[in-house]
Order: sequence, then structure tokens, then C-alpha cells
Amino acid sequence: MIQVKELSKFFGKKAVVDNVSVTIETGKITSFIGPNGAGKSTLLSMVSRLLNADTGEVLLDTNDIRRIKSDDFAKRVSILKQSNFMNVRLTIRELVSFGRYPYSKGRLSEEDIKFVDQALDYMNLTDMQDQFLDELSGGQRQRAFIAMVIAQDTDYVLLDEPLNNLDMKHSVQIMKILRKLVDELGKTVIIVLHDINFASVYSDRIVALKDGRVIKEGPTNDIINSDALKQIYDMDIPVQEQNGCRICVYFNSH
Amino acid sequence: MRNSTKIIILAVLALIFVGLYAFYDIKGGFSYAFPRRLIKILAMSVTGVAIAYSTVVFQTITHNRILTPSVMGLDSMYMVVQTFIYFFLGSTSILVMNKYLNFSISIIAMVLFALILYRTLFRADKYPIYFLLLVGMILGTLLGSATTFLQVLIDPNEYLNLQSKMFASFSKVNADLLWIGLAILIVAFIYGFRIMSQLDVMSLGRENAINLGVNYDKLVMNVLVLSSVLIATSTALVGPITFFGLIVANLSYQFLTTYKHSVLILGASLISIIALVGGQFIIEHVFELSTTLSVIINFVGGIYFIYLLLRESRSAG
Repeated sequence: MIQVKELSKFFGKKAVVDNVSVTIETGKITSFIGPNGAGKSTLLSMVSRLLNADTGEVLLDTNDIRRIKSDDFAKRVSILKQSNFMNVRLTIRELVSFGRYPYSKGRLSEEDIKFVDQALDYMNLTDMQDQFLDELSGGQRQRAFIAMVIAQDTDYVLLDEPLNNLDMKHSVQIMKILRKLVDELGKTVIIVLHDINFASVYSDRIVALKDGRVIKEGPTNDIINSDALKQIYDMDIPVQEQNGCRICVYFNSH
Repeated sequence: MRNSTKIIILAVLALIFVGLYAFYDIKGGFSYAFPRRLIKILAMSVTGVAIAYSTVVFQTITHNRILTPSVMGLDSMYMVVQTFIYFFLGSTSILVMNKYLNFSISIIAMVLFALILYRTLFRADKYPIYFLLLVGMILGTLLGSATTFLQVLIDPNEYLNLQSKMFASFSKVNADLLWIGLAILIVAFIYGFRIMSQLDVMSLGRENAINLGVNYDKLVMNVLVLSSVLIATSTALVGPITFFGLIVANLSYQFLTTYKHSVLILGASLISIIALVGGQFIIEHVFELSTTLSVIINFVGGIYFIYLLLRESRSAG
């Protein structure tokens, strides 16, 4: 279980994340939503140790994450950020093999190779595993990076806007895979999402942030309704039910 | 061609040049010339490998392939320290007479300079590469002007003493420091074996490296110290050669298309030895010492540097 306790981060004098406390339930997809600049990505970065918090703490099963050794932490929690600029030229397989680094330290055992093969298979990348990353489309690249995180085999998978720059087809593909990770492999997924409809359809719980604070938190259905959305986004958003999914029709609201 | 084949080719080339340099056209007493040539070969190898190694690891932790410790002004820092010592304490001071003390002071100053540079410029990842480059150039010029200013004011006799430190020269290697340099290099490599795979992960960028369990800040700090010490070593041995690291590191990246630092560093080191020993051989036997190797290196390196910059700007645009 991940517990965020009274966490704050200041950039200059401005609190980007302001005294946030949240508990992440295991075996579920939790989405962080909220307007631009709400502190979603910053919060995710602090939970994954990419950024140090100014005050407060994050607990992973009662241990403060700052006290956990780097490689032990990397076996429990993985994070994928939006920008993945690299100086080196790698094939998909090489990248996915890096996911085993916390275990292998660069020397892949047979077990590591098995995990890499499985991750490639899971993301439908086996046929193209020897292609170079810079030859791929945005969707394929994103899949390769997610395969790396899957090979890392952590209980917690954190993703920062994984649907950025992806078309509808690839976005749905990725969200379905995340759903599978949770339902079949028992992982816990925390994801920052911009599109509330993806959050509504695919997540179990939603944490809504605004101005660095948690403004709403709960099971998806408690958040996806016009009253709650009004508080989060300052917009009147009608919610319609379609095949059991709640869809927010925000395109012409004000 | 496989990378192991390429490494073997480089190793053979390096051996050929070392052999040529050691045995070609030995005049006078063999027992006189041969050990002297071996010392020079050793000095060139230590220098070359130190520069290659430090440049590759520096570029990995700063996530770029254009800036090197030398281009960012680390060489100039060495000259500043030397000039300050000569100006304020004179050439008879203990800091000049005792070469080891002098060497230690230079190392400390250069490590501090590198750490400050990193903290203010590279840490936040917020400046584009051209800005960093500009800052490096300005810093280099500032430090260069400061030293020139002091050199103008300095006593002419002191200046003559100082001058021998100012220009890179493989003909008069600082032999006293050679064994210390070799020892430093060996220690650096022993440490290097332990961090090789971490450096590989590092080339995926800061966020991916942390995700995969690399203790990022600690590794960056260690590597910065490592590369400044190595640059200090090579500068103390032969003097500043600004563009050399840039050439050998980038040739290695281009020739050996891999992310593995064990291969990249080995390749860059072999290319260094080929360039220095082979270059010096050609200078001595073809040009008959009418020019110096460092002049040619900086000429060729400067052109290569511009080429890399243009290529980078094209891929960025």
C-alpha cells in the first residue's frame, strides 16, 4: 500500500503540491485528474522518488520511501514519464531488457530473459523486437516503454500521461493493457490522465487535484458526476451513460 | 561488422603505431633512445586514455555529446591555478618546486570548479545545449583573459618558467607525474568496472535511470569528481588539449554503435592511443617537428566540433 502523508512541494514560494494526503489502494487503477498546473505530475514524481518532497512523507507498506535502497525500491515501484529523450540508439529488445536492471545489474539471467520475452509478448512487440526505437511511431514507442516497465515486474506501476500524443486507437490499446495488468497480474496502477473519459471508463478510483490540493477522492462513480466535476474544472459538464460507461460531454459546455 | 571485430581492428592499429614509434629509425644508442621512447608512449597512452575515459563518462552524466570537460573550461582552470601560483608566490615557492603538491592543488581546484559548474548549469536540466556551450566558451575566455592579464604583469623570468606549462607538448612530458598519473588511471578503471552498467542505464536519461534503481545524485557526483581528476592528470602531464576528448569520444560513438560503456570507453581509449602515438610519429618523422601535435589536434578537433554542432542543430530543427 502507498500512503501519501501531508506532502508538499514548493517551487519558489508557490506550493505546487500543498499538504496532500492520499492512500492508494492495491490491485486497482487510480487516476490523478485535474486542470493544468494542479500538481498531478509533481505528486507522481514525488511518489516515485524522481523529486524530493519539501515536507511530508510517502510510505510504501509503512516504510518511508526515502529510506528504501534505490535498487530495492526499483523492484517495487516503477515510473514512466512522458518525455523519453535519449542519446543512445536502442532496439526495442535492448530497451525492454533494461527493465530487468534492478535484478540483473546488466547481466541477464535466464529468468530475466524469460521476463523480457513475456513483456514483449504482452505488448505485441515480439515480431518487431529488433527494430530501433527511433524508427517507431509514437504509439509503438510508448508500447516499448511500457513493456520495459512490465519487465521490471513491480507491484506498483506509475505512469505520467501515457496517452499524450497518441491517437484514439492506441490510447484505447494502452488503457486496455493497463486494465489487464491490474486484473490479470494483480498490479497496482497509478496514472495521470488528461482525458476524464479515459479516467471514467478505465479507472477504479479517481483522485482529483486542483491548485495543489486534493479536492475530491473516491471510487470513479463518485467523482464522475456533474456536481463533482463542476468543483474540479469550474465547468458545467453533463454526464451521460453509454453501455454502462459514464461519458462526460464537455466539448460545448461553459 | 561486429563490435568485437572493430575493437580488435582498433587494438591492432594501436599496436602497430606503438611498435612503429618505439622501433622506427632508432639512431645512436638503442639503450639510450628506446627507454625514452617507451616513457613517451606510456605518457601519451595515459593522457589519451584519461581524456577518452573522462569525456565519455562526463557526456553520459550530462546527457549530451558535444560538451566536454575541456570545452566547459576545465583546462583553463588549470592554467588559472598555475598562473596564480606563479604570480603570487613565484616560481621558487613550494607549490611550484614540489610537483606533487602543485598537482594536488590543481586537482582540488578543478574538482571544485567542475562541481560548481554542474550545480549551477547541468543540474536542473533547464538550459538548452547552446546556452551551456556559450557559458562554457565565455568561462573559458574569462579564465583565459584573467591568466593573460596576470601573465602580462608577471616578472619576465617567472613568465618563462610558466610558459612551459601553457602549451601541450608530448616532446617534454612531465615524467615525474607519469607514475602518479598511471596509478590514478588504474584506480579510476577499477572504480569504473563497478559503475559501467550503471552508466549504461544512465544513458536512458535521468528519470529512467532513477526508475531502474540507479542512485542518480551519488553517481553523478562520483563521476564528476572522477572525470575532473582525470582531466587534471592529463593536463598536468602534457598541458591542455581542448578538443581531443570531443574527437575521440564522438568517433567512438559513431564507430561502435552501442550503448555499452565498457565497449565505448575501450574504443575511445584505443582511438586516443592511435591518434596520439600515430600523430606524434608522423610529427616526428614526416613533419620533422616543424609543428606540434596539439596544434594539429585542435585544428582537426575544432573543425569536427563545428560539424557536430551543425549536425545537432539540424536534428533539433
